[in-house]
Amino acid sequence: MKDSVNEAEFQINDYIRLDQMPHFLCPGCGHGIALRALLWAVHELGIDKDKLAVVSGIGCSGRLSAYVDANSFHTTHGRPLAFATGLALARPDLHVIVITGDGDSLAIGGNHLIHACRRNLNMTCMMLNNEIYGMTGGQVSPTTTSNRYTTTTPAGNTEPVFDACALATAAGAGFVGREVTMQVTGLKNLLRDAIAHDGFSFVEVISDCTEIYGRKNDLGVSPEMMLSQKAGMRPEAYRNTVDVPFKPNALECGMLAKNDRPEYGATYRAMVDRIRGKGA
Amino acid sequence: MAKRINLQGNQACALGAIAAGCTFYAGYPITPSSEVAEAMARELPKIGGTFIQMEDEIASMGAAIGASMGGLKVMTATSGPGFSLKQENLGYASGAEIPCVIINVMRGGPSTGMPTRPAQGDIMQARWGTHGDHAIIVLTPASVAECYSETVRAFELTERLRVPVVVLIDEVIGHLVETVDLDALKPSRLVTRKFADGPAEGFEPYAVTDDMVPPFPRPGDGYRSHTTGLTHLPSGFPTQNPSKAEAALVRTTDKLDLHADLIEAVEVAECDDADVVIASVGISARAGQAAVADLRSKGVKAGLFRPKTLWPFPEAALKAATKGAKAVVVPEMNQGQMVLEVERLLKNKSVHGLGKIDGEAITPAEIVTRVTEVLA
Repeated sequence: MKDSVNEAEFQINDYIRLDQMPHFLCPGCGHGIALRALLWAVHELGIDKDKLAVVSGIGCSGRLSAYVDANSFHTTHGRPLAFATGLALARPDLHVIVITGDGDSLAIGGNHLIHACRRNLNMTCMMLNNEIYGMTGGQVSPTTTSNRYTTTTPAGNTEPVFDACALATAAGAGFVGREVTMQVTGLKNLLRDAIAHDGFSFVEVISDCTEIYGRKNDLGVSPEMMLSQKAGMRPEAYRNTVDVPFKPNALECGMLAKNDRPEYGATYRAMVDRIRGKGA
Repeated sequence: MAKRINLQGNQACALGAIAAGCTFYAGYPITPSSEVAEAMARELPKIGGTFIQMEDEIASMGAAIGASMGGLKVMTATSGPGFSLKQENLGYASGAEIPCVIINVMRGGPSTGMPTRPAQGDIMQARWGTHGDHAIIVLTPASVAECYSETVRAFELTERLRVPVVVLIDEVIGHLVETVDLDALKPSRLVTRKFADGPAEGFEPYAVTDDMVPPFPRPGDGYRSHTTGLTHLPSGFPTQNPSKAEAALVRTTDKLDLHADLIEAVEVAECDDADVVIASVGISARAGQAAVADLRSKGVKAGLFRPKTLWPFPEAALKAATKGAKAVVVPEMNQGQMVLEVERLLKNKSVHGLGKIDGEAITPAEIVTRVTEVLA
């Protein structure tokens, strides 16, 4: 990983497959902003596209890998972290980035997320949390806010919500952060730090599903949803200050946890070297 | 000097994999296949390879495919419920044409069933376990030496054809210990997939080539191609155009027809003058072999037909082996799976099943009794 920042101006067209446009995201969807921030971070780190592997699962988030001009893998529902684990172990020379969603990585793929955090293999997982299964028409997800309406909670969601960052932190991820799509520069910086971290990094992006989720819950159109998401955040810079009104229900954003536990690939390769009589 | 050692079937699968160039294994513990994982955990680090025990069967299949997408020769092993769980990502490997070898050591089912008891109940699941029409190859060793050599062949086929290969063994074969000569078994050549090496400009990862096996774009080699479980165009990107979708799907199954000679493998014994042919796989075929000897000693002209490649089913070989036979008996440790295929292919023959699902292997005596009934 390069320490210095690539000074060349970021042009998203250098990193996406223009022949795959128009994309299939709905108007107002926050996923495109997140993808832009991710590619901006990749650009700033000066990562060679030939050495970039983008692995996604299924859902709206899953479709993003096809738009990235890199080695892209659109895998099965909930399993991108499992695929990425094999790929990253097989090819430590690649920069592996997983794009997933709240349903993909907290419901069907929850077990893989926990163990990816525990293992601490070098890769970055960007989880787009839009609180809904958008691709399948708007069913409740593990992050759907309580009492909100979805096609499978017609009387409002009665289930509690998953805090993905708390989960990732508890499971031992080397780097954990959260950001809203409205703060695109902050999100880019967070993703850049996450990718540069030597270990498993997890970034939750609070994205908006305007078409399906916003409409059904009268949350307004995209700018209104994004503004309210931003207002619901407690920025990292203010987290430990006492002069800012404390919002007990707000999610925290920015870098939330970081540790320097050994990266798993290096640990494994050291064991192999020891067995083969190389090194100490 | 010959290197003769006592070896277990499961361990032979692991050693065969290493000999074939496997450098990545992802697995999950399950009886009666765990010895494969244990052997790979011991052997792979010695050659600089990677072993990982994943959090579940789904993840172990996913990690294996992920490593194969990185360009390595990969394997996983499982049994019963684990094989069910692997079907999702096995389908992905078939659809996206990612080489991988899956050892499935069959135990009693359904569900948890009889974990330490043998069965052959996954004969149809191995062919049709994942959803949708798909290409797959299934090999059925019947000895410890074959566990080794058929695992080698599994790697040759999966790498050459980019089709997932299942090595389907039963618990008896998996846990059987026999003396083998490892030097004699060692493959004389290594078959590795054809990596793309042409210009990146205009490269199509699923281009229709003469052999119907597109060159594999290795990440880092500049192709930056897309891999998906969605039905895809030669470009690798999804399509729902009916004619293009069908053409893409048909190529992956036509590929097996085109390479049928490479894939097919059978053992045919004493079928030339046989009045009755015993068609069977795995340990049941070993019992069949003993039954043939017993029947011959009693003056019954019996023969053995044993697919080493079970799927695609060796149709022409079966028809040739049973040409003069009056009856065909199919012993298998299930309620009748392979017999369905034999009946389908031999419509004008007298085909009889011999099923057993009590957790015990079929004995030669049971086969002799069944043959005697059939011929009566």
